[in-house]
Amino acid sequence: MRELKDWSRSDIEDWLYSEAALLDEWRLPEWRQLFTEDARYLVPNMAGDPYAPPESTLYLISDDGHHLTERVKRLGKKTAHAEYPHSTTHRTISNVRFLGIGDGELKVSCNFTINRTSSQSGVIDTYFGRQEYKFVQADEKLLAREKRSILSIGALRPHGKLSIIL
Amino acid sequence: MNIAEAIRTEAAASRFQISRQAYTDPAVYQLEMDRIFSHCWLYVGHSTEIEKPGDFKTRTLADRSVIFLKDRNGSIRCFLNVCPHRGAQVCRLSEGNARSFSCIYHGWIFENTGKSLSIAEPETYPPNFGEGGRNDLVPVPRFEEYRGFWFVNFDRKAQSLRDYLGDACDYIDVIVDQAATEMHIVGKAQEYSARANWKLLAENSTDILHVEALHPTYLDLVATNSGGAMKRGKMLGKCVDLGNGHSVIERQATYGRPIAQWISLWGDDAKAEIDAIYDRLVKMYGEERAIRMARYSRNLLIFPNLVINDIMSITVRSFQPKAADYMEVNVWALAPKEEIGTPALERRLSNFLEFLGPGGFATPDDIEALESCQRAALSAREAPWNDLSKGFDPKSADKVGDTKDELPQRAFWRGWQARLLSTGA
Repeated sequence: MRELKDWSRSDIEDWLYSEAALLDEWRLPEWRQLFTEDARYLVPNMAGDPYAPPESTLYLISDDGHHLTERVKRLGKKTAHAEYPHSTTHRTISNVRFLGIGDGELKVSCNFTINRTSSQSGVIDTYFGRQEYKFVQADEKLLAREKRSILSIGALRPHGKLSIIL
Repeated sequence: MNIAEAIRTEAAASRFQISRQAYTDPAVYQLEMDRIFSHCWLYVGHSTEIEKPGDFKTRTLADRSVIFLKDRNGSIRCFLNVCPHRGAQVCRLSEGNARSFSCIYHGWIFENTGKSLSIAEPETYPPNFGEGGRNDLVPVPRFEEYRGFWFVNFDRKAQSLRDYLGDACDYIDVIVDQAATEMHIVGKAQEYSARANWKLLAENSTDILHVEALHPTYLDLVATNSGGAMKRGKMLGKCVDLGNGHSVIERQATYGRPIAQWISLWGDDAKAEIDAIYDRLVKMYGEERAIRMARYSRNLLIFPNLVINDIMSITVRSFQPKAADYMEVNVWALAPKEEIGTPALERRLSNFLEFLGPGGFATPDDIEALESCQRAALSAREAPWNDLSKGFDPKSADKVGDTKDELPQRAFWRGWQARLLSTGA
């Protein structure tokens, strides 16, 4: 039986690259399967403390499992107008670091750069920052229980929106 | 373009139309900066954003950088962020707490009351050099407050804020009075933008006609949350032209409201809490006003660029035009202080993020629509007119309409045109 301590950095990198590919390829229901049922997906407001509790401060996105599932459903619909037709994205993941194991979770951070363009606007927007994951062991698989996407851009300008999943 | 011809009405066909050039013409943008943004009351911030003496925020209003602060004596003030000496910005942080500001360029220093503390090599100037406050920070020409909301006016001769807001005050009261303690800003602003003319967002903010077409994915989410209990379709309510370009839609809420309309997602404990809040409102304000406060929503536009939407959550939104085809948007969450540390705030913020902000289930689609309008407005020569006729009756005063009428937009454009045609600067 594999345990959290058995996962190597290259295993984690494989997980992250697969996740990035699923998002880039708009295979969102499959992407959702990489997360626990009760997973949190958090995008803190850039102006504030990225670790302030989402229950008491304004985030950009603070999805619990239910809302994450609904977000995936939304992005699968043609009426998610900001992302239909789907934008084209390329995610680059680097600087993968183990932050430690505790409370039954493996904590990992990495840097990300996402370039997004859409057939509608014809412009390229770049999102960059740091991802922080909390992984749990589920049978032989590694599932994310939390993904915190900490944007390093000062404001969503000129991006305007955060209609993709980071 | 000719401003007098920017609005076209056709009585026989009950048509009300807007020239699409008004969204794209750089000369119109310039005229707006001169005649609207330099003469109307512009929202700068909320008193609870600067609670401690020394707290400050720098904000940009109509291209001017200003410092909004609470000084060492507890007075709320607003200064132009420019050194009286050689014009560098004396504050280069977006927020913080400071007893004084010192200019990086030549080291002039100012108290947070604006008063000059020291200048470079004072012995080389005559003794009366700083008399009359001429070395002090320059306050904004007019700075007034209504119920915690602070506004700036760059026109010294402007009417008072209270007169300017006029009938909008009652709607602000209905929002602010929901708090048992006081309303405050939760956390920081969400800062985003749109590659669109600012007037498109003004139109969009008091438009619920678009909800079913543009936001079905949000309505699907709401249906999931409420166990399918919330109905779509016709709602009781009205929209009102509040004068001066301001307008409001007030209608029955079709979603859960922390104050005070329960939905099943929130569980049975929340139901008791929300019933108690409703009872408090009835006791304090009577049943009729309590129903308005608790079970109705408001989309309120304060001309030209402030929106206070008391919908599934309360958002304060201001937008700054930067060019004919680009604006910056700042959005805050407003909540009663008594909700701090309680599940009520959690519900309120969850409601906020479900719909609002750049990562919500709805706002990104609004931005997409506005940007689409902006691109299409470039066809203005061949397809010149936007239509805002819904509910337009040329024989009526056009002051009150159904919730989905385009009356708020017409009120906005009439206010816009009156300002641009006025030369009484």
